[in-house]
Amino acid sequence: MNNTIQYNSNKVIVAENLTKKFGNFKAVDHISFEVERGEIFGFLGANGAGKTTAMRMLCGLSIPSGGKGTVAGYDIGTQTELVKKSIGYMSQKFSLYDDLKVWENIELFGGIYGMKSPEIKEKTDALMKVLDFENERDKLVGSLPLGFKQKLAFSVSIFHNPQVVFLDEPTGGVDPITRRQFWELIYEATSRGITVFVTTHYMDEAEYCDRVSIMVDGKIEALNSPKNLRKQFNADSMDDVFQQLARKAKRVDG
Amino acid sequence: MKQLFSFIRKEFYHILRDKTTIMILLLMPIIQIILFGFALTTEVKDTQVAVLTTTNDEASSRIIDKLNASAYFDVVAKIHNEDEIQTVFRDAKAKLVVVFEDHFAEKLRHTGKAHIQLIADATDPNAATSFTFYASNIINSYQLELMSEAKNPYQIIPEVKMLYNPQMEGAFNFVPGVLGMILILICAMMTSIAIVREKEMGTMEILLVSPMKPIYTILSKITPYFVLSCVNFATIMLLSVFVLKVPIAGSFLSLILVSFLYIFVALALGLLISTMASTQIAAMLISGMGLMIPVMLLSGMIFPIENMPVPLQIVSSIIPARWYISAVKSIMIQGLGFSSILKEVGVLALMATVLIGISMKKFKVRLE
Amino acid sequence: MIKFLLRKEFKQIIRNPFLPRMIFIFPLMVLLVFPWAASYEIKNLNLSVIDNDHSPYSRRLTEKIVSSNYFRLTNVSANYKQALKSIEKKQSDVILEIPPHFEKDLVNKQSAKVMVSANAVNGMKGGMSMTYLVSIVTDFNSEITDELLGGAASSSDSKPTIQIDSQYKFNPHLNYRVFMVPALIVLILTQLCGFLPAISIVFEKELGTMEQINVSPVPKTTFILAKLIPFWIIGFLVITIGSAIAWAVYGLVPAGYYSTIYLFAGIYILTVSGLGLVVSNYAQTLQQAMFVIFFFMLVFIMLSGLYTPIDSMPEWAKWVASFNPLKHFMVVMRSVYLKGSNPLQLSKELFALIGFAIFFNVWAVLSYRKKN
Repeated sequence: MNNTIQYNSNKVIVAENLTKKFGNFKAVDHISFEVERGEIFGFLGANGAGKTTAMRMLCGLSIPSGGKGTVAGYDIGTQTELVKKSIGYMSQKFSLYDDLKVWENIELFGGIYGMKSPEIKEKTDALMKVLDFENERDKLVGSLPLGFKQKLAFSVSIFHNPQVVFLDEPTGGVDPITRRQFWELIYEATSRGITVFVTTHYMDEAEYCDRVSIMVDGKIEALNSPKNLRKQFNADSMDDVFQQLARKAKRVDG
Repeated sequence: MKQLFSFIRKEFYHILRDKTTIMILLLMPIIQIILFGFALTTEVKDTQVAVLTTTNDEASSRIIDKLNASAYFDVVAKIHNEDEIQTVFRDAKAKLVVVFEDHFAEKLRHTGKAHIQLIADATDPNAATSFTFYASNIINSYQLELMSEAKNPYQIIPEVKMLYNPQMEGAFNFVPGVLGMILILICAMMTSIAIVREKEMGTMEILLVSPMKPIYTILSKITPYFVLSCVNFATIMLLSVFVLKVPIAGSFLSLILVSFLYIFVALALGLLISTMASTQIAAMLISGMGLMIPVMLLSGMIFPIENMPVPLQIVSSIIPARWYISAVKSIMIQGLGFSSILKEVGVLALMATVLIGISMKKFKVRLE
Repeated sequence: MIKFLLRKEFKQIIRNPFLPRMIFIFPLMVLLVFPWAASYEIKNLNLSVIDNDHSPYSRRLTEKIVSSNYFRLTNVSANYKQALKSIEKKQSDVILEIPPHFEKDLVNKQSAKVMVSANAVNGMKGGMSMTYLVSIVTDFNSEITDELLGGAASSSDSKPTIQIDSQYKFNPHLNYRVFMVPALIVLILTQLCGFLPAISIVFEKELGTMEQINVSPVPKTTFILAKLIPFWIIGFLVITIGSAIAWAVYGLVPAGYYSTIYLFAGIYILTVSGLGLVVSNYAQTLQQAMFVIFFFMLVFIMLSGLYTPIDSMPEWAKWVASFNPLKHFMVVMRSVYLKGSNPLQLSKELFALIGFAIFFNVWAVLSYRKKN
């Protein structure tokens, strides 16, 4: 192609042979993929397959043992602080402060990502309306039900309009309706141009993604849109696709 | 019964898996007993002394030499006027200033009376009184020397025996205290934090709704820590006897028995604390910080209980360490038998029962 | 950015069910109760007497001892075995045994013995009982000698007397509380400001909120500062409360300036917080962090001169103590309160504390890992 500049504005995440070793154990084994701007990219796999480890490398939380990667154009090995400025993150534990109020959590993370107080206030008001959280605004996050917390955590993670948001198993422990509502929020975010990188072990959620990769034993064994994968594996559902791949797996629940 | 043993075994595995924590729990007491055993003493040694004398006469020189020669004092400075006294203290050059009257020896010879003034830095009042006490003794012994040059035909000779601790080692007084403190703090902390941890993780509830009686659940929880504490006790004993040279003058068996009882009480205390704390941090704050100061100050480990005002003596009597330390001193240092510690054993046994009783009740309540 | 983090920290502290109460109640309790317990003063020495002579001299000797203010007669026994039991039962601290024919021996053979046995488990107490008792016996000796020689020996030139006069500087009434209260304030400060910032960080690690911070652009130094500053301020608050209690309850006012105290306190708090942070950076679990911090705290406290004087320690222990920030601050507090020392006179402690503060905090920042 003609423009071989490092920073390709359409490829928000690029991974080239990313590897992470813990001693002799290869948690992530030479994975390569690219994520386009505005995509919802699903990162699937069983527990212990290496999803979380891979994601942590992309977020700058973990130094790769081998390979290269860029997020928002910044190198994840050498420019981690720049990476962090451009991303949002939501972990399995939701990571909001239980002893701070809803608006206080928003204010804190907004401020951390460099937003100014007037802007924070304005956007908080808007967010409360959108989420229908007006009554919850002054409540301590610890007192909120799980589903509320998840939605709030997601909203906080994209509050500063990052280029890409990383979600690590964001919908654990809630009923399917709440999960569905959560995914509405994700769609809303992508419509604003935010790229979504989400790991999950719920196979039905795979259907919501634009493209999906399936990790088995640290390697990517499949990477395509859900529709194409179903065709490829002659499967009725993503669950079926996964079962076929998982049968090859040697690692169970690390 | 078999169930109980399998639970206990599970608890052991659980603990042994966390090697770092075990290392910390085993090493801490070792370092502590060595440090404290050697360092904690109120002996007066090599105290810096300044002397103020305007005349360099025989009497004052003799006294100065005696002071310097004693293990208690080290004469570091000679000053010549009263203004310098302020400086000496302000700059912490000496803790005691000995002021000889002008023409000391002359006055002594001709009038038979002369003055020495002892000025002590009393920021530490206890040390200060020791300084003046020992200095006075030395000056008096000089006086005796002079007197024995005169005729003193009638002699009452005191034969002195220092019982139990002939060398007056500080360690003899403090090691039992340090032992008591370390055991209770570590046991209470270990147990309370571990149990609260399980509460936090939710696994405690699972155990409590199991068909096993709550008392067995609790016993299985405590057992590994009991063993750990016994290891600590043994280590501290070995170090006390062989490194600190504090011998066990009395029955080793009695010592072991009362120590086991005490460890049990300490663990029960940890248990009680765990029922009161909802987070690990709270458990640690109560058992670590909360227990530390009362044990240090009121258990008799440092400050003698008999000196305290009565209300504090009463408070002191609910601190298990107080009874244990008293028992250890009786057996280890004084070499007395089991019959001498009946009171202590009784109190400790009572405490154990009460603590376990209250904890059991609290556990039951939570289930309902 | 730091203002947002500071806001968070303060709110969390205030909303914590424990902390605010602890900050106010803990100093109160410690300072109200413990100064009364902390004293080595040896008040009553309990005496057991075995009088096997039953002579005027033996009675006089006993009388003399009892009428001195040092001893209380708590036991009279017929033999040594009985007397020893009274020591075992903690009824007496020292035994005086007067053998049979005491008076006869003294008058006729010109020498007689008495046996003194002191309970030396507490070496100081034993030493004191022994010395006091012996000095009274010696006095008695002179009295008797005088009488027997018919007053001939009271010519001045054979009885030189050195009059000793003791004065106590900085604490003329030998008030032990004056000594303990500033020291206890240091203790409180150490426990609160040493433990808490570190616990706060490890706690966030366990909760998972730490990860959220690590993945954000918050620089290490900013985060650590945001943890330190609130406790620094709390530390000042605690010192103020402590000083207020010292003044209100004990009438204790420093001979020096409060500003000196605050200056040193400010540095000291940074030192202990820094150490706590270093521990928390290396600890894998909350449990470990707490045990190690507790260990340091205990060692620091015992080797600080709070309970036993540094001067009494063996050389190597004194050397170890010089690495103990608590020891230096203890010296400062006591010097400022009792001697009115100023920072110049305490320059050694000042440099030591500054050195420690820099060392620990730099180490804390360097060892804090946002990624692994």
